[in-house]
Amino acid sequence: MKQTLLSLSKLSKQFDDRKVLDSLDLEILDGEFITLLGPSGCGKTTLLRMMAGFEHPDEGSITLGSQDLTHTPPEARPLNTVFQNYALFPHMSVFDNVAYGLKMEKRPKPEIKQRVEEALAMVQLEDFAKRKPHQLSGGQQQRVAIARAVVKRPKMLLLDEPLSALDYKLRRTMQVELKRLQRELGITFVFVTHDQEEALSMSDRIVVLKDGLIQQLGTPREVYERPANLFTARFVGETNFFPGRVDALNDDGTIIVDVFGLKRRFRKPDFSVVKGQPLHVLLRPEDIRVLAPGDDDGVAGKVVERNYKGSTLDSVIHLTDGTEVLASEFFDEDDPTFDYRLGEPVRVSWVDGWEWLLPEEPAVVAEEETVDG
Amino acid sequence: MSRWLPRTYLTLVYLLLYVPIAVLVVFSFNDSRTGYEWGGLSFRWYEALFNNRAMVQAMWNSLWLALSAATVSTLIGALTALALHRYRFRGKQVLNGMLFIVMMSPEIVLAISLLGLFLMVGLQLGYVSLLLAHVTFCLPFVVITVMARLSGFDERLPEAARDLGASDFTMTRTVLIPVIMPALLAGWLLGFTLSLDDVVVSTFVSGPSYEILPLRIYSMVRVGLKPEVNALGTLLLVFSLVMLMLSQWILLRSKR
Repeated sequence: MKQTLLSLSKLSKQFDDRKVLDSLDLEILDGEFITLLGPSGCGKTTLLRMMAGFEHPDEGSITLGSQDLTHTPPEARPLNTVFQNYALFPHMSVFDNVAYGLKMEKRPKPEIKQRVEEALAMVQLEDFAKRKPHQLSGGQQQRVAIARAVVKRPKMLLLDEPLSALDYKLRRTMQVELKRLQRELGITFVFVTHDQEEALSMSDRIVVLKDGLIQQLGTPREVYERPANLFTARFVGETNFFPGRVDALNDDGTIIVDVFGLKRRFRKPDFSVVKGQPLHVLLRPEDIRVLAPGDDDGVAGKVVERNYKGSTLDSVIHLTDGTEVLASEFFDEDDPTFDYRLGEPVRVSWVDGWEWLLPEEPAVVAEEETVDG
Repeated sequence: MSRWLPRTYLTLVYLLLYVPIAVLVVFSFNDSRTGYEWGGLSFRWYEALFNNRAMVQAMWNSLWLALSAATVSTLIGALTALALHRYRFRGKQVLNGMLFIVMMSPEIVLAISLLGLFLMVGLQLGYVSLLLAHVTFCLPFVVITVMARLSGFDERLPEAARDLGASDFTMTRTVLIPVIMPALLAGWLLGFTLSLDDVVVSTFVSGPSYEILPLRIYSMVRVGLKPEVNALGTLLLVFSLVMLMLSQWILLRSKR
């Protein structure tokens, strides 16, 4: 079991009238890659800036090991930051940018030279030491920012949406590179992003934030497959929400749920259920099975949109009652008829056991829509 | 017709702007005593100028005054700009607006009020009163130049420096000042030029102990145009051109 490196306890912060963080508790483990994920304004950047020391909590404390950091200024914290737009010093060469932190520690010159060269080699920029930041591409500037932050061998690296300014392809490359660096250095990474795909592919653990509150804390798989609430389900990946009603409770730990008139047998969820209770049945697009109109399973609908994605075929299906269903199917090489025409009638089903059940949250649903937009 | 009309117009405008200057430069090398007829090439007026001890003294006084006024106003102005940029405080808008009032108000008003103030506190008119007056009217220009640079300044730079272990003071020395240096230099040059050719305010607040160049020229011209003035004007022109090129070069270098 990994040890706790940084613990945040009961952190609260208010800007004017807006509560940005609301008594937030979080333990960050030594050596992990943890991502703070949420829409803009959820408090993720404020939280990161608090760890770095640029913001101070109104209440609560930040402890690193046994050291209380709550009121320590940024320069005295053994953590370093990679900023969103890199914040490279424009008047210094790449070498001097990377050397800055070591000069502040008053390290001897030969040591600085050696460590800067090592750091630049690590990000494959040995040949660019004499350049100025404006002579580098976005991706190269990004690497300099990383080298500058890790050259001090911090206990923890804080990354504030570091890839958001890069184009898609470069972003994928940098994601892989960051993971490699984190493995090689063994430093704890705290990564802030609003990109759920990035969060899923890079993290050991994800903290889903909204309105200054932790919605869910778990591995990418837990967050994706077993979302704690409707917000997480909606924010992380695409989801179909089907309205269900509990029809019967069985003794063997399963329940019968009425979905679109179909009586399906599901595992009993963690929350308590009573007969007749409405609930949400969550199915990811890849859990949906699209069947021929003559099939006796599933619900009737018709295809209103189809998107060829290379490895998958994504379609939007309208059920007869108007519900919109997203389906994402892998190509089946053995099935030559695998394709739909627009307007074609189909039936929609899924594999029981792949569903995830959530209770109704009537008060929050309306607000959810505005957050997504 | 449609082609030569704008050209003639432009030519006229430029002639109007540059002929007087050209005449001044040409006549500064004129051997003739009167300023209206050509008497051959000569450097006698430059010689006369440098032999005029009062004139040379006034030149040094002016240079020293402009140098000190520009430096003091850059120091105060840079700190003011930083405070206005960095902190949120009560009366910030008022302070900001007051700078513009100093800049926009007629010079004569500033001159009279400064004179009144100096007489009231019993300050002897001379170098100190001139310096205070010049710093006053240079200040808003420096503040505005530095603020313009700061508004494009990446707020994350100071944070990055602090994050890497620099104290607030070290960050200011190693990151903030180098980055805003072009604006400081530009502000300084602006202050220097404003101070060097000021007549109105200086007339009011200077005393017999400290004569400066613009006032000296003004009093010379009043009793009749001497060709020496042409020579002086040419020297000042060359000096301003050098300063102008210097400031452009600094701006270009910082824009890279």
